Amino acid sequence: MAEQRILRVALAGKPNSGKSSLFNQLTGLNQKIGNFPGVTVDKRIGLCNLDDKTQAEIIDLPGIYSLYPRTLDEKVVAELLADKNNRQYPDAVVLVADATNLKNCLLLLTQLMDLKLPTVLALNMMDLAAQSGQSIDIQMLTSSLDVPVVMINARSGQGAYELKQALKTKLSPSTKTIFQLDNEIKKVVTKIKDQFHLATDYEAYQFLQQTDNLVFLSEEERNFIRKEAKENQFFPHKYQGAETVMRYGFIQDLLNKVILKTSDPEWKKFSYRIDKVLTHKVWGYLIFFSVLFLIFQSIFAWAQIPMDFIDQSFTALSNMADNNLPDGPLFDLISQGVVPGIGGIIIFIPQIVILFACISILEESGYMARVVFLMDKIMRKFGLNGKSVVPLISGLACAIPAIMATRTIDNWKDRLITIFVTPFMSCSARLPVFTILVALIIPDDKILGFFNYQGLVLMALYILGFLAAIFSAMALQFLIKSKERSYLIMELPTYRKPKWANVGYTILEKTKAFVFEAGKIILAISIVLWVLASYGPGQSMQDAEMRVLSDPTTQGFSQQEIQDHIAAYKLEHSYAGIVGKTIEPVIKPLGYDWKIGIALITSFAAREVFVGTIATIYSLGSSEDQLTIKTRLKREINPETGGPRYTPAVGLSLLVFYTLAMQCMSTLAVVKRETKGWKWPAIQLAYMTAIAYLSAFLVYQSLS
Amino acid sequence: MARTKTVAQMVPGETAVISGFTDEEISVKLLEMGFLPGTAVRFNFTAPFGDPVCVSVSGLDLSLRISEASSITILN
Repeated sequence: MAEQRILRVALAGKPNSGKSSLFNQLTGLNQKIGNFPGVTVDKRIGLCNLDDKTQAEIIDLPGIYSLYPRTLDEKVVAELLADKNNRQYPDAVVLVADATNLKNCLLLLTQLMDLKLPTVLALNMMDLAAQSGQSIDIQMLTSSLDVPVVMINARSGQGAYELKQALKTKLSPSTKTIFQLDNEIKKVVTKIKDQFHLATDYEAYQFLQQTDNLVFLSEEERNFIRKEAKENQFFPHKYQGAETVMRYGFIQDLLNKVILKTSDPEWKKFSYRIDKVLTHKVWGYLIFFSVLFLIFQSIFAWAQIPMDFIDQSFTALSNMADNNLPDGPLFDLISQGVVPGIGGIIIFIPQIVILFACISILEESGYMARVVFLMDKIMRKFGLNGKSVVPLISGLACAIPAIMATRTIDNWKDRLITIFVTPFMSCSARLPVFTILVALIIPDDKILGFFNYQGLVLMALYILGFLAAIFSAMALQFLIKSKERSYLIMELPTYRKPKWANVGYTILEKTKAFVFEAGKIILAISIVLWVLASYGPGQSMQDAEMRVLSDPTTQGFSQQEIQDHIAAYKLEHSYAGIVGKTIEPVIKPLGYDWKIGIALITSFAAREVFVGTIATIYSLGSSEDQLTIKTRLKREINPETGGPRYTPAVGLSLLVFYTLAMQCMSTLAVVKRETKGWKWPAIQLAYMTAIAYLSAFLVYQSLS
Repeated sequence: MARTKTVAQMVPGETAVISGFTDEEISVKLLEMGFLPGTAVRFNFTAPFGDPVCVSVSGLDLSLRISEASSITILN
């Protein structure tokens, strides 16, 4: 095959312009996620063959209205387009414009023209524009801008061929310059331009406007620019406003020429009618909470079926490997460490798939913007964002997909607070721990002949988690400093039918991101925890069988009982057992002994592991039968008091601890991925553990 | 001088012309979204608790917090 020419193409445009649809149309499954350095926005890159000889590497930029960012994530656009030395600097830009709303879309186009970037204007949603009665003189538009114009339908793929043809030809930048510098700033702009050897005035102007945002500039270079700006009395906001007004002046003149027939405002009537119901003070909330309930129900209950299947399959696979592989530490590692570890990653996929199917339908249809509109006022009070509602409720099922869903929150501070407090919401993994302990210490009686005590305690635990989330958010809004000002200048897009292919791509993207990025960490930690629980210092592991068999109390036990005792002995003398015993003084004020200590260590993998570990340590084998465990725990005696080990005080202390503690490595792995570093997961782990410890301490000390 | 009216004081269905801004930092964002002095702005409806509000300007339907809406002065 002949040598291929690779063309770097960037897709730019405002949110809801159909940019992502076009990206999916052009690249299909040839897409991958990368990172922009320093920020949390994902970089979507895909490949597209323009013809036999030319391949385009397409990068999907975050949706923006202009080069001036409103959020941290949007900074990457100016950073990329104002830096000719950037490896990703595009050879061409496709500006995706919503034809029903050209005015707003052209603002960014005129900025790209002034940067002298070779640009193609892709007019999307021409079908809707036609429906609205609007007609555009394309030829006049092309010649007035000196930019090639292609009409596309990003949903159906119409016009993709023409767009590829346009990209293939040698594109040259527009000869028009829209923004004319006035004499006051001409001097300083020219100086910057000469100093940095820039090709256009507008690049130099961007250096002046966005000195702090352009990370490729060195501190020295920035100081030079700042000094020049100060000496020449350059005030960024003032000039930015004047620039926008000048650009819109040009755009309005242009539209007066090219729009032959304006759209009839009637076409939005249907959308307005839906809004009347969906933002209604009664119906709006009723519908929203029904939608939330449906999402919650589907990840909580419906995901259970495939999750059980995955769980059973991996247990079977682990057993099969155990039976068929020869003995030896390496094979044990595979059958008992790696296989269950991978199972522990795969098991989250059903919930991720279901949640992102729901969320992307909400986004695609335009309803998500209304959710923010409805919830903004309430959530602001707690330092959260209107978009925090969906992650928080999803957190009741599982924090993993919930934290991944915070991506929809544009404001970095609001997103961080949401990520931080979501793990407080009681997830489904806490339920097995809750049910066993509640059944153990709370009588199965009814109060007033109606409310079940156990049910009330369970509900109280859910409320405790919710309150912890809300109050932590309130405190965090004062603690996290942010230069970024929070805005809600947000478009309420016209309602549309979701495009199912886009929903599919979103699901695929999120699942891949989880499995390949967070999955690595989960696998690593689960192997470490397995080694800790399976190996011990010296001969203790090898001696286990002999010790148990020679113990007079085990005489007359069945084969199964002896095996269970060996397992308990091994766990006690493993590294995890040693750690459990070492931390006993620390957890004693909470009412726990070393056996519970071991369970705390192993259940760091996932909270539900608590039940399995407790079963093993009390020689119950791997039985997860609730009744067996409950009866056994009831019999356990505290040697110091002579009374039962699991008193109500101990039980409640454990319940409170599990409600508030992080105790989930998968959540930490996902937080690390979403915040692109270990700083926030580390703070979160420390904070939640401290809160859990203190609360459990107070509960135990006041009850015992 | 009479007190200037802002978008925050409009009632649903009302239309007015934008005259200026009181907050420079927000104004640059508002300008980008098409809130240009001399342009018509229509007040559509408010969220159930009166904040945020939905307005139409330059062909877009936008939501604004009351704090943002009150930085846009109008003539009518």
